[in-house]
Amino acid sequence: MKTFNRAMTYTFLSIAAIVSIFPFLWMIVSVTNKSVDVTQGRLLPGTHLITNLKTLFETVEIVPALINSTIIAVISTFLTLLLASLAGYGFEMFRSKGKDIVFTILLLSMMIPFAAIMVPLYRMFGSVSDTLPLFGIDTLGAVILPTATTAFFIFFFRQNTKMFPKDLVEAGRIDGLSELGVFFRIYVPTMKTTYAAAAIITFMNSWNNYLWPLVILQSPEKRTIPLLISNLGSSYSPDYGVIMSAIVIATLPTALVFFLMQKHFVAGMMGSVKG
Amino acid sequence: MSQQLTKKNEMDIPLRHKETKRQKTNLYFRKKIGWLFVIISIIAITIFNFYPMVQAFLLSFQSGMGGNLEYVGLANWKRLFGDPTFIAALTNTSIFLLIQVPLMIVLALFLSVLLNDPTLKFKSFFRIAIFLPCVTSLVAYSVIFKYLFGVDGLINQFLVKFGFATQAINFLADPFWAKVVIIVAITWRWTGYNMIFYLSALQNVDKSIYEAARIDGANAIQQFFQITVPMLKPIILFTSITSTIGTLQIFDEVVNITNGGPGNSTISISQYIYNLSFEYTPDFGYASTVSYVIVILVVILSIIQFRVAGERK
Repeated sequence: MKTFNRAMTYTFLSIAAIVSIFPFLWMIVSVTNKSVDVTQGRLLPGTHLITNLKTLFETVEIVPALINSTIIAVISTFLTLLLASLAGYGFEMFRSKGKDIVFTILLLSMMIPFAAIMVPLYRMFGSVSDTLPLFGIDTLGAVILPTATTAFFIFFFRQNTKMFPKDLVEAGRIDGLSELGVFFRIYVPTMKTTYAAAAIITFMNSWNNYLWPLVILQSPEKRTIPLLISNLGSSYSPDYGVIMSAIVIATLPTALVFFLMQKHFVAGMMGSVKG
Repeated sequence: MSQQLTKKNEMDIPLRHKETKRQKTNLYFRKKIGWLFVIISIIAITIFNFYPMVQAFLLSFQSGMGGNLEYVGLANWKRLFGDPTFIAALTNTSIFLLIQVPLMIVLALFLSVLLNDPTLKFKSFFRIAIFLPCVTSLVAYSVIFKYLFGVDGLINQFLVKFGFATQAINFLADPFWAKVVIIVAITWRWTGYNMIFYLSALQNVDKSIYEAARIDGANAIQQFFQITVPMLKPIILFTSITSTIGTLQIFDEVVNITNGGPGNSTISISQYIYNLSFEYTPDFGYASTVSYVIVILVVILSIIQFRVAGERK
């Protein structure tokens, strides 16, 4: 009975693992195959890797898309980390009744479905197009701004600040540091792992964001990677080898981050439920 | 504890420095500076979340093309009930929700219990493999699934080759199968994600409870329902709320796998809102009305889930 259970466990887990990995394998193998071979279900590596990549870079605007996505993801990550950690630190270190109430209200924003606010946001950015050209419709600024502050990361930093030794703050004050000095010189360096975890998750969210860029970006040269892939995917005469190459390139950064920083990755995911 | 400490400090400081006016302003300043740390986020979340919510609410009582909007009272809300596309979107989203979320949570729980066995070999391989789908972007994996389930896609080649089907099934052109593909796709992407939450919660469960249960003669199934599930209740609640909110808003998969088709049989509420605003002649007012349906659903379902799970944490 026991060995039977064992066998069932391994069988079930193996099936789950194969189902999970198979699309990745297919994607990677297809990068090296001709479009025809991909449609005929070839599952062995071919010799078309270079040709596919060449076609991709020559016929598809992938370089601008990569640049746009990188700019958006880097700035979003930086802004989110800065604003959310300032706020998380403020809510925890300078606790007061008023702030606790405000914090609870901010948390409610996590329940707001994006689809419910995208139309007003679109109109809002439309109305500032003339006065603030950097943040109008069809600008990277407009993609970044609404995503740069999220209650989730304020919550995340606040939870982690609970474990930050308060003595360090006092020591900093006695040494004559200003409140912001304490924050930047003492808090930020001690909380490196928290920042790393938050950075990974923010970067991934931003890199993969689809709906908001789809709404606010219009010109083809502003396209981000998900918009480009969606576009390639809906073409009538798809070149599978080339599309798979684009998908692999788009997935590489997040996959690399996952494999190199698994611990922080999981810590960032779990941040919300600790404590 | 920390509250007591700060209270004590607040009392100490004025006593010690009663005399100097400068110290007094310093203390006043320190009390207020906390707000400086949080103010930018408060303003940003108000501008980019709460204000648009109010705007959407006002818009839901207006109608018109593009920028020419006028108040029409409850007309949009009445229109909802007679709008076949909206009813299709609501039905589809509910089907995705009712089938996919429980399916995924049970599967993730089951996998995490299997993986929690300390004597299991290749544990980290299994864990990483099952978690791997989470690194893909929603758009990228959707396109992959669209090709996998195409008429001449790999799944069909496999089914025909091994005799599971006599001829290729046109998954994406069939109202029933198209929904199945969407559900399979979301489950593939998110099961590992939820599993990681359960795994880490299971690690905090005291092993001696299981031993005691085993001595009392509880079998694996009894242990699962009477120990594991109650112990993981808070985390199951958390994951079911996040999954519910996520599935209610489903957009990327539907747009990129089936584009709502065939004939609106997979269209989701979010996609309908997008279409109303940016694909058809824009009717921002009616789109906002539809979007408030999601808001109401999110609130109602969250309350129900809290109730079902008993006490709030």
